[in-house]
Amino acid sequence: MSGHEQFADDLALHALGVLSGDERVALEKHLEECASCRRELESLRGDMALLAMSTAGPRPPARSRQRLLDAAKREPRRVEEKTAHPWWLPLPWIATGVLALILIFMSLQNAGLRRQVASMQRDVAGQQVELQKAREVVATLTASDAMRVTLVAAKAPPQPQGKAIYVRDRSSLIFLASNMPPVPSDKMYELWLIPTTGAPIPAGLFKPDAHGSATVINPPLPANVEAKAFAITVEPEAGSTTPTMPIVMVGAGE
Amino acid sequence: MPADSALVAGMRQGSEDALAQLYDRYSPLVYSVALRVLGDTGAAEDLLQEVFMQLWRKPSLFDSSRGSLGSWLAVISRNRAIDVLRKRKPETDVSDVIVAVERDLAGEADRNRVMEKVRGLLGGMPSTQKAALEMAYFEGLSHSEISAKTGEPLGTIKTRIRTGLMALRKAFET
Repeated sequence: MSGHEQFADDLALHALGVLSGDERVALEKHLEECASCRRELESLRGDMALLAMSTAGPRPPARSRQRLLDAAKREPRRVEEKTAHPWWLPLPWIATGVLALILIFMSLQNAGLRRQVASMQRDVAGQQVELQKAREVVATLTASDAMRVTLVAAKAPPQPQGKAIYVRDRSSLIFLASNMPPVPSDKMYELWLIPTTGAPIPAGLFKPDAHGSATVINPPLPANVEAKAFAITVEPEAGSTTPTMPIVMVGAGE
Repeated sequence: MPADSALVAGMRQGSEDALAQLYDRYSPLVYSVALRVLGDTGAAEDLLQEVFMQLWRKPSLFDSSRGSLGSWLAVISRNRAIDVLRKRKPETDVSDVIVAVERDLAGEADRNRVMEKVRGLLGGMPSTQKAALEMAYFEGLSHSEISAKTGEPLGTIKTRIRTGLMALRKAFET
């Protein structure tokens, strides 16, 4: 049995050709989707054939045979026309073709993606090398145990020095200081970016270590500001929004 | 005795002898079904001609992978006879009729054996079930028409028809 009991009785009626109306519409819709019920319908037709056998007995009149053969002679068999194939018959071939095209497309795309991944892997490897170098530079510049030596003219006492390296397009600033005199405990040095136009912009607070060294790495800065100079003042620990005079160090771009 | 499939292949080649042999083999079945449904020898004879000429013109209507020729002829003859009885155009394309049965009815002895067994089974059925089955099969009455005629509930008629057909199948499975 089909297992679809709700259609079982209707299937028998449909095999007999006596189902009509909504019941027939519903069953035919179900048959389109249900192979099991289609097989059951075919089996029911087999049962119908058995029922036909119960009628066997009467033979057709002898003239019927001659009548048929005469009719057949009048309609000699031609080479049978090609069976009209249902419209859906080529669909499996079309589907196969489409799948093959999809497969080729995906293979090409896959190869492209592989190349892209390989290229990205090379880029990543290169970037890792660059990053490692940058880390080493920063580590050396910022290491607390680094020996910092400022070379000056012979016989001149060591002077406070600051070196600001600024890239406007990236708003990136690295500042290195050496030989800085200590500041009071409630004070900090504040670095200022002096733009070509407008007020000085705070560019980081720092306090020198025991050796007078200090660094400021990438403080928050507004984008794309052209710097005319950098300056350092002494400010309260929380920093200031405008420099407090006097300026203790200043340097203009080269 | 040549197999049905060989005779159908012969017809494809235009062999009138193959047609004659198939006629000799199955005309009693087709004719008796038509006569039982139509109740008129002339109409049954016309239907017999129609069925065999249809097969002669287009042997590919029968696909041997879809069941036995005898069973297929029995089903399409009964269906066409009901169409004639109800004065309607053929409702189903005969090439769409698939009869899932491999029972070989080519030999006369086979056909007689099946006939006896089916008649025995019908004789043993409750009369109400046999009546419902025969009204649907030989008169082409719908379950609603049978229900109206017998005064029995629609569901009962539906179930009787199905279980009647299933009983026939079961008897031939063992």
